[in-house]
Amino acid sequence: MVKFILAIIFFLFSSIASAQVHEFILKNGLKLLVKEDHRAPIVVSQIWYKVGSSYETDGTTGVSHVLEHMMFQGTKKHGEGEFSRIIAENGGSENAFTGSDYTAYFQTLEKSRLPISFELEADRMRNITLPQEAFDKEIEVVKEERRLRTDDNPNSYLREVANATAFQTSPYRQPIIGWMADLESMSVADLRSWYKKWYAPNNATLVVVGDIEPNDVFKLARKYFGRLKGEVALPPSQRPEVEQQGIKRVVVQRPAEIARLTMAYKTPVLKSALQDNPSAEKWEPYALEMLSGILSGGSSARFASRLVRGEEVATGVNSSYNLSGRLDGLFVISATPAQGKSIDELEQAIRMQIDELKKSKVAEEELERVKAQVVSSDIYEKDSAFYQGMVLGTFETVGLGWRYAEEYVEQISAITAEQVQEVTKKYLNDNVATIAVLEPMSMDRDSAGQGVALPGANTNE
Amino acid sequence: MNKVMTLLLLISFNATAAPEIQHWQTSKGIDVYFVESHQLPMVDLQLVFDAGSVRDPSDKRGLSQITNSLLSQSADGLNADQISFEFERLGAQFGTSGGYDSAGISLRSLSDAALLDPALINLRRVISFPDFPVEILERERNQILVGIQRKLQSPRSISSEKFYEAIYQGHPYAYPNEGTVESLAGITTDDLKKFHAEYYTSNNVMISIVGDLDRARAENLAETITKDLNNGKLPSVFPQVSSLAKDQIIKVFHPSTQVHILIGQPGMKYGDADYFPLYVGNHVLGGGGLVSRLFEEIREKRGLSYGASSYFSPRRELGPFLSSISTREDQADEALNVLRDTISEYIQNGPSDDELEAAKKNITGGFPLRINSNGKISGYVSVIGFYGLPLDYLDKFNEKINAVTIDEINDAFKRRIDVNKFVTVLVGPVEDDK
Repeated sequence: MVKFILAIIFFLFSSIASAQVHEFILKNGLKLLVKEDHRAPIVVSQIWYKVGSSYETDGTTGVSHVLEHMMFQGTKKHGEGEFSRIIAENGGSENAFTGSDYTAYFQTLEKSRLPISFELEADRMRNITLPQEAFDKEIEVVKEERRLRTDDNPNSYLREVANATAFQTSPYRQPIIGWMADLESMSVADLRSWYKKWYAPNNATLVVVGDIEPNDVFKLARKYFGRLKGEVALPPSQRPEVEQQGIKRVVVQRPAEIARLTMAYKTPVLKSALQDNPSAEKWEPYALEMLSGILSGGSSARFASRLVRGEEVATGVNSSYNLSGRLDGLFVISATPAQGKSIDELEQAIRMQIDELKKSKVAEEELERVKAQVVSSDIYEKDSAFYQGMVLGTFETVGLGWRYAEEYVEQISAITAEQVQEVTKKYLNDNVATIAVLEPMSMDRDSAGQGVALPGANTNE
Repeated sequence: MNKVMTLLLLISFNATAAPEIQHWQTSKGIDVYFVESHQLPMVDLQLVFDAGSVRDPSDKRGLSQITNSLLSQSADGLNADQISFEFERLGAQFGTSGGYDSAGISLRSLSDAALLDPALINLRRVISFPDFPVEILERERNQILVGIQRKLQSPRSISSEKFYEAIYQGHPYAYPNEGTVESLAGITTDDLKKFHAEYYTSNNVMISIVGDLDRARAENLAETITKDLNNGKLPSVFPQVSSLAKDQIIKVFHPSTQVHILIGQPGMKYGDADYFPLYVGNHVLGGGGLVSRLFEEIREKRGLSYGASSYFSPRRELGPFLSSISTREDQADEALNVLRDTISEYIQNGPSDDELEAAKKNITGGFPLRINSNGKISGYVSVIGFYGLPLDYLDKFNEKINAVTIDEINDAFKRRIDVNKFVTVLVGPVEDDK
């Protein structure tokens, strides 16, 4: 029965003429990817730079993200704030985001206005002015952003500590927003050299999805980006993670109400499995994605069914794994205990689930369920032009190449129960694990004010 | 060649036009709103019941939300594993959402009948025959209690809870959706059954359907899923929101590095006579994303806060008008002054010609972005249907925006927002009121 269902879903999947991706490369090295989506008269334009927090070094962490903010503060041609004013007047929506492996800028516009986006993005690829005064103000905005997102949010704070503990030498230990001390000491000169080094056509990918013709977009791209000069391409610093020599445990004590548990296991990503990690097979990252689906992909998945309902040991348990990283990453399980349950009980319950996956193969039914979800999600995601661009941009920018995005569904669909068991046995082990716990401390003024047993509570003051 | 060009232009003209919303009633009299779209083999379905938390009895706040989220936990003898597996094996995505005005059920499925039909049967089971066993109520109650406790570690959650309590003064909008520790303790399975019987009825729901179906299949779908819903009596009209009597500042200590500041008052409704002047006017003040008065004054000029915006969030009765920022302790007073001054100055003097022009260009030029996916269209259709907005709402949207004048904005803001009666909430390292 389930097989029959899956066959229908696959048939639907193969019957939608999936728009082809058109790839162009300009003489200066800029790569252009165009995907047609004629459902609405709009266009999404995203420019992806190969730079992010994993390219940074100690002392200037956060510089990629601060630079992203400064990209809105004017060029020689367009003064402070003009970029956003022009996009707004043209009915566009825009923003930017920084990750470990990329910095990207995007606009969504009515399709005839694509040249406006290209003109402005080409301009700020090489010509931002980085005025001192604007920097002095913007660095304060970024510090407020850090306070808001991390320092005053116990769960984010735990994530930051877990990450910095799991990775010893890999640059993935650095928070994307940067350490507060580095933001305090950052200067315009840091930004200037970072900008010069990475913001060049040969270090960028332009992704365009929408109601457009690929050749027209290519001509437009050549017109606006074609005359920009490339830089000498430098590979990012490559400091691999040292081999972990045993379980790491860390406790975070912060003013909070609810405890939280994070269990993170070192895992390969698709790029390393394909290119430079001789001990990882190409199918393993797909099997890890499947494993995550078995554990927490939906309300019938094992964590919700067995730990939240069955045992009632958790109010929520999630797993996450992302195969499209530039460097080896983590399989992360995060959980909140149910009322009256301790963190230890929760950890033991999760471990039992992992052990069971090591001992016995998952049922065919579970596997088929995850496959049905993956294939149908792939169809649902075509409802968003922006998302289609995100996938292409990510795969290209981490160095996998966008073609691997196209074969994701096919590869996941080929994963077997034996392979899920095999990756669980190979990677979900204590010798590569980091276990981080948020231990809530009193929130009231008296104890918080005295700073009793509150290490790190006021690191920024 | 010229003919081809003309044809292409026509096609793209049609694509820019707002989607056509078809409307009919099922044999039981349920309103159905349908947008046919065959580009992807998928369907988005929403059932919106007038069963939001405004329907909670005053001593059982949270009942609406618990009822909504327990529908799929046990129904017609099936348990949560069986119900969720049935959706998930089909690749369908099922969801519930409890709000103030309404309680929603949503389903996204592929359109092939072999997948959609069993998902619909499962959906019907969930909305018509939920079981509400006592042990599941206990589990859910415990989970909600953990959620309530978790909110106490978030200065943002604390500030908005205090804010709603103060601007709505005893109106059902004043209470948290999920209830309180005290109110939850009194909820029994009988309450759930009674609430379901009273509000999940065929004359208290509307349906929106967007996607790859023809009219006949859509009609059939609407009949199928509502077959087992009973007829009930219409719920009572719910109370109006009264305006604030005085300006009020509320301070709450929290061991955070930032002070979270929230300022506002009751704002406007769906279908409000002042909807368009207030919407366009607020776009200039704080609704324009990276371009607005508040963004300029708070963030671009002074670097005081990461976020700086304002918005009207319409509801059936007056939804909130509010603005929020967060900043480090030693500049909280300065930030609050800039925030209040910017809002007051704007209400006093209104936008400039250039600002109004720019706002209109942004809103109307961005119209195609509002309706560029089935997901977004489904959201609009549900709002249009539930709040009884005209079916040509989207067609007329740009026209209405363009018609707004500076005088209308000034008049609407002065009548509707009283600068001397704001509720201001500060949460962070500040002195408590008490």
